[in-house]
Amino acid sequence: MAELGLLRTYRIERVPVPPRGSLALVTLGSLLAALVFGGLLLALSGENPVSVYQAMLGGALGSWNGVAETLVKTTPLLLAGLGVAVAFRMQLWNIGAEGQLYFGAIFATWMALFLAPGAPGWLLVPLMIVAGMIGGGLWGLIPGALRAYFGASEIITSLMLNYVAILFSDYLIHGPWRDPQAFGFPGSPTFPDAAWLPNWGTTRVHLGLLFGLVAAVLLWFLLRRTRWGYEISVMGENPRAALYAGMPMTRTILLVMALSGALAGLAGMSEVAGIGHQLQRNLSPGYGYAAIIVAWLARLHPFGAVLVAFLLAALTVGGDQLQMTIGLPAAIAPMLQGTILFFLLGGDILTRYRLVKRSPAVGAIASEGQ
Amino acid sequence: MGDILTPAFIVSVLAAAVASGTALLFACLGELITERAGVLNLGIEGIMLMGALSGVAGCLWSGNAWVGAGTALIAGALVASIHAVLTVGLRANQVVSGLALTIFGTGLSAFLGRNIVGTPPPDSFRRVDVPGLADIPVLGRILFQQSALVYISFALTAFLWWYIYRTRAGLRLRAIGERPEAADAMGVDVAKLRYIYVIFGGALAGLGGAAISLGTNPGWTEGMTAGRGWIAVALVIFAAWNPARAAIGAYLFGGVEAGQFRLQTAGVDLSPFFLNMLPYLFTILVLVLSTREATRRALSAPAALGRSYTREDRG
Repeated sequence: MAELGLLRTYRIERVPVPPRGSLALVTLGSLLAALVFGGLLLALSGENPVSVYQAMLGGALGSWNGVAETLVKTTPLLLAGLGVAVAFRMQLWNIGAEGQLYFGAIFATWMALFLAPGAPGWLLVPLMIVAGMIGGGLWGLIPGALRAYFGASEIITSLMLNYVAILFSDYLIHGPWRDPQAFGFPGSPTFPDAAWLPNWGTTRVHLGLLFGLVAAVLLWFLLRRTRWGYEISVMGENPRAALYAGMPMTRTILLVMALSGALAGLAGMSEVAGIGHQLQRNLSPGYGYAAIIVAWLARLHPFGAVLVAFLLAALTVGGDQLQMTIGLPAAIAPMLQGTILFFLLGGDILTRYRLVKRSPAVGAIASEGQ
Repeated sequence: MGDILTPAFIVSVLAAAVASGTALLFACLGELITERAGVLNLGIEGIMLMGALSGVAGCLWSGNAWVGAGTALIAGALVASIHAVLTVGLRANQVVSGLALTIFGTGLSAFLGRNIVGTPPPDSFRRVDVPGLADIPVLGRILFQQSALVYISFALTAFLWWYIYRTRAGLRLRAIGERPEAADAMGVDVAKLRYIYVIFGGALAGLGGAAISLGTNPGWTEGMTAGRGWIAVALVIFAAWNPARAAIGAYLFGGVEAGQFRLQTAGVDLSPFFLNMLPYLFTILVLVLSTREATRRALSAPAALGRSYTREDRG
């Protein structure tokens, strides 16, 4: 009967706008809960969770090298995550960041090797940025247009285009763009030096990280300080109101999907220009999918995405290290990422409801009613 | 090109279409039932992968493909129950929860299956000719010289059609997907039924995974479903939420898959990379066309699809 007594004094009330503090608390809590749950899974499959986590943490953040590697992986996660976030804000479920990343890489490679191979660095790098953003943007525009003009679900079309983009990239590096002088793994020829993004000291961290940070600031400004950003939010949260207010739905869907794809495309450009210096197989180990988690965990906020991208990058680097040190598959990272998202989704109900103390009179009426 | 389009070739493609469409059909029926109950599950790809892995694992453990199929059913149900708890119980965003399920299932299956990659299962679902029916010209070769799982999928399609359109329970299922408020007022326990159908749908998707790993493509490899879970989700729209149309769609895709391999072996001068794109491009085409048809003929999705239901939102 204790519960009944509690119910008489307190009632559950819906919170109209969750306060930021509780959102942050639930995010943090879901991270911890996911680690505990992941540890249970590890223990069940015969691994020692403490030593696995120690190895992951040590690998990702225990040395300068690890931190640098984490920053390297932060770059594509951040850029693609920002792209996903801007689409999700309008309730456009673009899950094609992976394919858009590949098309950005393809267009950037095209620019570096075939369109402007002789250009000096100060010109070639910006040209590749533009090319990468156009490539990713066009690839994002396809599901956008199919949604805007035919009503086809962008979830399915953008996902299908991921497979198409990866196969197209494979076709290029096995066929017309294959480096005839290369042995072993097929890939495009190496880019001219002018197309290489400068590195930070002797690390593999490259200028792409700065692209990500600048993009986060610009996107924050766009979403929070411009009329267009406001319209995106209204169209996402209340499409009917947006329609009555005369906001241009079709045009905004196209623009948002193109922008979303362009950001993922920039991630692809920065991967080929900053890391591989050529178009190669398995360019992305699923950055486009992890980007969904980045966006959602960051609550679709550009600055949140910076933090979350870094965290997930550390998780990925930690997972890679496990493969090398303990011989466990790197798949632990996506498994943990999925778990984090589960707990976040489940925990969010705590931010949407709260316990409120009943006033004594109301409590009396309530108990009479029972 | 001319000499490969013989009647024998076409019949063999159609038979292969049914065989490889079966995995899609199970997954599609699973998603169909889930969506009929008003819940969108984008985790089918992850569930299929867990089903494919569990199928092989169960078969390796017991030496029997049927035990493998049972394990896949249970694994699918378990994974789907996460989605049920999050979206029905805790009313989380269905799109994001489904995506999380796919990411989770992909990672977990790769992790758990690390030691059995490439191990051939001791048993699998092989061709069993149906006595009498298998000898019918053309149709017998296409429909009745298949594996037991294929026959189960025929029966399941017919059963689900009858269940959805001809039973009281099916009426309640449609009600909770169309107008949960009305169903609730009628005394139907919306949340309980949604739990049941999401979990049942997941079990079917798990079986779909096993139909690959113990059927058309025996053995486990990471990510072996290659997007079929997503194609299944798209097929539900093509099927206009009708099991019979789901079967047509699944075999159509099975045909694309089967035709693609046969064109390759027949030496058609097209890069295999482009041939491999066909199922994905075809999905987009089918989705666009069926969305238009659905709008034109008012074949609409369950009205409450994607929307969680709570009594406090009523009215």
